Amino acid sequence: MSMPFYVPPEQMMKDRADYARKGIARGRALVGLRYVDGIALVAENPSETLRKISEIYDRIAFAGVGKYNEFDQLRVAGVRAADLKGFQFSRDDVDARSLANEYARFLGQTFTHEMKPMEVEILVAEVGEDATDDQMFHILYDGTMFDQRDHAAIGGDSERINEALAASFSAALDRDDAIRAGVEALSAEHQLGPDDLEVAVLCRGSARRCFQRLSVADLTVILNA
Amino acid sequence: MPWFSPGDDPGPNFPRLLEAMGLNATQVGPGEIEVPHATTCVALTYADGVVMAGDRRATSGHLIAHRTMEKVVPADRYSGVAIAGAAGPAMEMIRLFQLQLEHYEKVEGNPISLEGKANQLSSMVRSNLGAALQGMVVIPLFAGYDTHRGLGRLYSYDVTGGRYEEKSYVATGSGSLHAGTVIKVGYRPEMTRDEAVALAARSLWEAADADSATGGPDALRGIYPVVASITAEGWNRLEDDELAALYRTIVDEVSSVTGTSGTGTEAGGAS
Repeated sequence: MSMPFYVPPEQMMKDRADYARKGIARGRALVGLRYVDGIALVAENPSETLRKISEIYDRIAFAGVGKYNEFDQLRVAGVRAADLKGFQFSRDDVDARSLANEYARFLGQTFTHEMKPMEVEILVAEVGEDATDDQMFHILYDGTMFDQRDHAAIGGDSERINEALAASFSAALDRDDAIRAGVEALSAEHQLGPDDLEVAVLCRGSARRCFQRLSVADLTVILNA
Repeated sequence: MPWFSPGDDPGPNFPRLLEAMGLNATQVGPGEIEVPHATTCVALTYADGVVMAGDRRATSGHLIAHRTMEKVVPADRYSGVAIAGAAGPAMEMIRLFQLQLEHYEKVEGNPISLEGKANQLSSMVRSNLGAALQGMVVIPLFAGYDTHRGLGRLYSYDVTGGRYEEKSYVATGSGSLHAGTVIKVGYRPEMTRDEAVALAARSLWEAADADSATGGPDALRGIYPVVASITAEGWNRLEDDELAALYRTIVDEVSSVTGTSGTGTEAGGAS
């Protein structure tokens, strides 16, 4: 018969957090940063098909790092929550803040109640009607949520990347400058090329759906400029 | 946050998601109800894709319930849907259909094929059968540009959700007999966009002339039918200026035949 034994809650939480952090640190990082007409999301991702960055709603994008199947489930849940809300109320009522809160609550619940915490960190970005309304929310594996104004880095080595972004960020960046700054910040160990990257932007403009994915060809032009 | 175990997951299907969340459409009780009806819509293929057109009138019995209804709307970038029948359920069906196409695209990461979209609409019409039996019939037309095959395609439906692909043209609604005949007589497979648009506009004119439930162009209020083309470049709705000019030409043509002087201000459909 196994002996029941006591684990202090502090220790249990710490073990879970360590476990999640280790999983996330193994993956590659991604960044989001504001530019004049929108928000650029840049990820190191050699896969052409398994996406880290995707569209949630008209003005909202999702980016995740860590365990693919877990953040992809979160992505789909986000699309569902947003589409349901837009269907029941109006497209104008779907916003990143309430979606980020739902994510935070869900991740927090999973962290304390499930067998294993989710090994993910996510970023929810929303491009506003004008630059003052742009929003980015960085949410951790345990539901901790940060409101990030200008730039955000998630995943392994994010502290160093955030410092690099802070040095190169200015509110006057245009789209291509912002993408180059993002790629530069991610290229600490080796220079990343168009094939190693996944890039998308939320472009403030006349179109209803602001999310645009950039192709390798687009990226080659931008990075060689 | 909508979260499902693998067995219960609705996948990229939005109507099934609504069901799983307990938000599916309200059930209808027995009896028949009088609701506003929307009327004539046409679609035809031409060299670069398809043209869709629909009048703007909704009627309730002998009353004009609405003058500016838009019965031809984009379903997504490469397809459009036009509806005839009970206006309320039809508009709701369009809203759900548009959302389903976008929802699928976001969940799956790829858009549905054109045929897949046509099949989706088919199941929505079928699920409306109960309401249809009470007088709330919704008959859509679906047209779009098939990006895989590089051509424009048309689909018509019946009330049971039966889906029929049409080669050249299709018309639906109370004025469909007149509109369809005009297109049938004037149709050629290799028409240009301008020729196809002119033919669609003329067909609605004749429908409005002979059917009281179909609205004609209303120059007084500046209300013109919705006419759009769908090609490899996507959905493109014609501006009212272009339609106004088009209908002035038609007025001149008609008046030169009848011998009356065409003013170009009031047109077909006046009863």
